Amino acid sequence: MTQYAILLFTPAPADPADLPPAELQAHFAHAEEAERLGGRIVAGYGLQPSTTATAVRGDTVTDGPFIEAKEVVAGFYILEARDLDHALEIARRNPATWRGGVEIRPLFEG
Amino acid sequence: MSGDVEDAYRAHWAYVLAATVRVTRDLDLAEECAQEAFAQALVVWPRDGLPQQPAAWLVTVAKRRAVDVLRREQTLRAKLPLLALPADDSDKSDISEKPDHRPDGSPDDRLRLVFTCCHPALARDAQVALTLRLVCGVATPDVARAFLVSEATMAARVTRAKKKIAAARIPFRVPRASELPERLDAVLSVVHLLYTSGHTAASGPELLRADLTGRAVHLARMLHRLMPDEPEAAGLLALVLLLDARKETRTGPDGRLLRLDEQDRTRWDRALIEEGRDLVLRALRYRGARPAGRYLLQAAIAALHAEAPSFAETDWRQIVELYDGLRAAWPSPVVDLNRAVALSMADGPEAALREVERLEGDPRLAGYHYLPAVKADLLDRLGRAAAADEAFRAALALTANEAEREYLHGRLSRHRPDA
Repeated sequence: MTQYAILLFTPAPADPADLPPAELQAHFAHAEEAERLGGRIVAGYGLQPSTTATAVRGDTVTDGPFIEAKEVVAGFYILEARDLDHALEIARRNPATWRGGVEIRPLFEG
Repeated sequence: MSGDVEDAYRAHWAYVLAATVRVTRDLDLAEECAQEAFAQALVVWPRDGLPQQPAAWLVTVAKRRAVDVLRREQTLRAKLPLLALPADDSDKSDISEKPDHRPDGSPDDRLRLVFTCCHPALARDAQVALTLRLVCGVATPDVARAFLVSEATMAARVTRAKKKIAAARIPFRVPRASELPERLDAVLSVVHLLYTSGHTAASGPELLRADLTGRAVHLARMLHRLMPDEPEAAGLLALVLLLDARKETRTGPDGRLLRLDEQDRTRWDRALIEEGRDLVLRALRYRGARPAGRYLLQAAIAALHAEAPSFAETDWRQIVELYDGLRAAWPSPVVDLNRAVALSMADGPEAALREVERLEGDPRLAGYHYLPAVKADLLDRLGRAAAADEAFRAALALTANEAEREYLHGRLSRHRPDA
């Protein structure tokens, strides 16, 4: 099994308070869905809105997310899957894809 | 390379590599071992004679070499990410002796290789580069030249893609039935792109470009042989064969692209046309209830053109119907425009002009010189000389191609004898 970070992107500022109730429910059910499909969610976190973020670039501290964009990171999962096709099968069902999207990135296992 | 080995390289490279990947689970090492097997053939075959089954001989040598390297470098390689082989069929690792058959009915390893190279998680240019390099066995400098990029750029592209396959664990497998249509489309698009890159080469290193069309035909043949029940794979093969049949007449002596009605049909390759048409007819039958896909429909259109005794005697009515299907399978304003041209032959220029005028509002066609050129031709046929001239000038303003400009210029009314 390979571990992937599933980074969730939703429209800025990705405030969890703005999550439609159905989407929130689907997030709660997602771990079970992953198991049913033969994967495993090792960890999952939601983030406070990007308006609460602080960026440090070099020695400069600024208000806001690291990259200003229409969609910002809203949270992440660590998913264990057999291979990329398996991870994609599960990630495609991630409720974040409804209004935004996800980035699937293998963890570095040094 | 000696003739036998060269032939074997063209015919069996993908087969040898794909079989070796199974053992190494590492594309680079598999490539190395496959190359060594061919190098060894250069020494052994002239001395001992051509083996009865060259492909099996090469696979055996490459696999043996792989096992040696793996044993020797066990600790070194333990840290490398391995190519993901699906667990469900890893027990069927014995490859059959004949390239086209696997007695257990599991998919041919060459298909795994193609689907891995054309995985949607890879960028299109990486898919194309990997397919040429791994499936066709084209050396990186040649791939670079064919796509007019530097060798360093192409090498980096290939390396990056291979790294992603390993790190993200893009599996070495044929997609399941539920994923197949989407994934197959990616594979066919890569082969089609290879063909058109070679076909439309108006400049640049002509020979290498021509080689691309040959590679694409070879790939299309392989895909059809390995997936004989896929109508779209048959459609793509038919399409490239039918285009190939007309390739000698596509340009005039001055290098200008000739329109279909200007081409010398007696120089079209009848054998290729027949093969393409048979493929289309068979695929249309066995597709059953499934609607025909974009490649099969394009091939059917190409077949009707190829069979027609002349431009005027083409079955335009049926071509319009096929374009209707193509519009549904693969919506695109360019398809709409081509349909309008066919419509002008079936129903006359009036009906087609209405279609073209509707398309003028489509922002995706803004700047596409073929649109005003078609409109001009229709207006000209309707005897509306002034409006035609205006459209010819609009087309002239949009094209930089000298030969094309000369043609459009020649059609302005003051150059016509009847004007």
